[in-house]
Amino acid sequence: MSPPVKLLGTFSSGFSRRAEAALRLKGVPYELIQEDLSNKSELLLMHNPIHKKVPVLLHGDRAVCESLVIVEYIDEAFDGPPLLPIDPFDRATARFWARFIDDKCSTSFWLSLWTEGEVQKGFVKEFKQNLALLETQIKGKRFFGGDTVGYLDIAASGIAHWLPVFEEVASVRLVTDAEYPDLCRWAKEYTSHETIKESLPEREKLLAIFTAKKDFFMSTVKSMVPK
Amino acid sequence: MSPPVKLIGSFGSPLVHRAEVALRLKGVAYEFIHEDLENKSELLLKHNPIYKKVPVLLHGDRTVCESLIIVEYVDEAFEGPPLLPSDPYDCAAARFWANFMDQKCRKPFWLSLWMEGEVQKGFMMETKENLALLEAQLGGKRFFGGDSIGYLDIALSGLAHWIGVLEEVTGVILVGDEYPALRRWANEYTSDEAVKQCLPSRDHLAAYFTANKDKLKMMAIAMLHQ
Repeated sequence: MSPPVKLLGTFSSGFSRRAEAALRLKGVPYELIQEDLSNKSELLLMHNPIHKKVPVLLHGDRAVCESLVIVEYIDEAFDGPPLLPIDPFDRATARFWARFIDDKCSTSFWLSLWTEGEVQKGFVKEFKQNLALLETQIKGKRFFGGDTVGYLDIAASGIAHWLPVFEEVASVRLVTDAEYPDLCRWAKEYTSHETIKESLPEREKLLAIFTAKKDFFMSTVKSMVPK
Repeated sequence: MSPPVKLIGSFGSPLVHRAEVALRLKGVAYEFIHEDLENKSELLLKHNPIYKKVPVLLHGDRTVCESLIIVEYVDEAFEGPPLLPSDPYDCAAARFWANFMDQKCRKPFWLSLWMEGEVQKGFMMETKENLALLEAQLGGKRFFGGDSIGYLDIALSGLAHWIGVLEEVTGVILVGDEYPALRRWANEYTSDEAVKQCLPSRDHLAAYFTANKDKLKMMAIAMLHQ
């Protein structure tokens, strides 16, 4: 029998939920251990001493850190429908766009939300250019993975579910049906997917949590905006 | 017959080296297209419009960008000795430590070399912590990949060759005697037959770094404020 699987995560973390999505899609039973990031547990500090972040996957005596590394590990270590494509080029493409989302999109998105005036306009322009590129990737496809949800859909899940909540908290509207029809269609498909929706935190609860943290979020951009 | 392979790269880039060494270790014949980064070609801009950087791998009509993504692609698309471990957990570890190098180590290494005073001291402390972690990962193994060079050795190759040259040029030692495993590994890596064929010569690199000291210091200052 396979060793037990535990996941250190939090309710609202999109990164943590990526790991949950992968486990559920592969049909792997797991125990979720809720972490309080303002009071990090010994378990977290022991298994992720370098970054001290969630998610951390514990599979028997193995610890795997970093959300996308965890997703690939889950794909490789367990049977079940493949999360990454079979073809090496499709795999490279999926990895490229996942990295694009984490490196380029999330930063420009965050800065678009919490800055103001001309500075904000610049970041919004950049984020919209990034979205336009993702729109071309999803055009004509049900999911980024094709007919079924895959690695890149999981990597993009923040855009599908967390982004609209952040937009509401910041009173900023960036992703409209008119400008990004395929991305919006994908977001609806993704968040209503039978297995995926079980891995998503309830929208209203997320909204409450993020609304309460609005001032903190705004303070984070001060160090991020180049002088 | 397999479609032709071309690699767009530039002299002296450790990221380009990652892609080249992967191709050589797999025994894949390729054409190296030298890119002038001060005057980027249509070919580069067409095939890497988002980042406009090297390396870029062209395999027939396929384009692959980002050095570590190229390494994994080369491992998966071609026959030859595997670069990534077969065990999923070892694979995850290799990917984790490669990310660690790119996301956590690069900036402190660079700033330890080019900054001075208290600023340098802070980054030097961080550098030493990072190096100690890598030293522990290597342990008694010949390579991070075990008996043969693998994905993580390739990801860390900057540490095996470029850091040594930068240490000479700046007079700042990062990988000192307190890291015997890393020093031994650096020798092993840079002595490998396949690696040697795509490693820029120490003299050439030293000349480049020396000639561009001011520019590199400016880059470090910019990095500090990011």
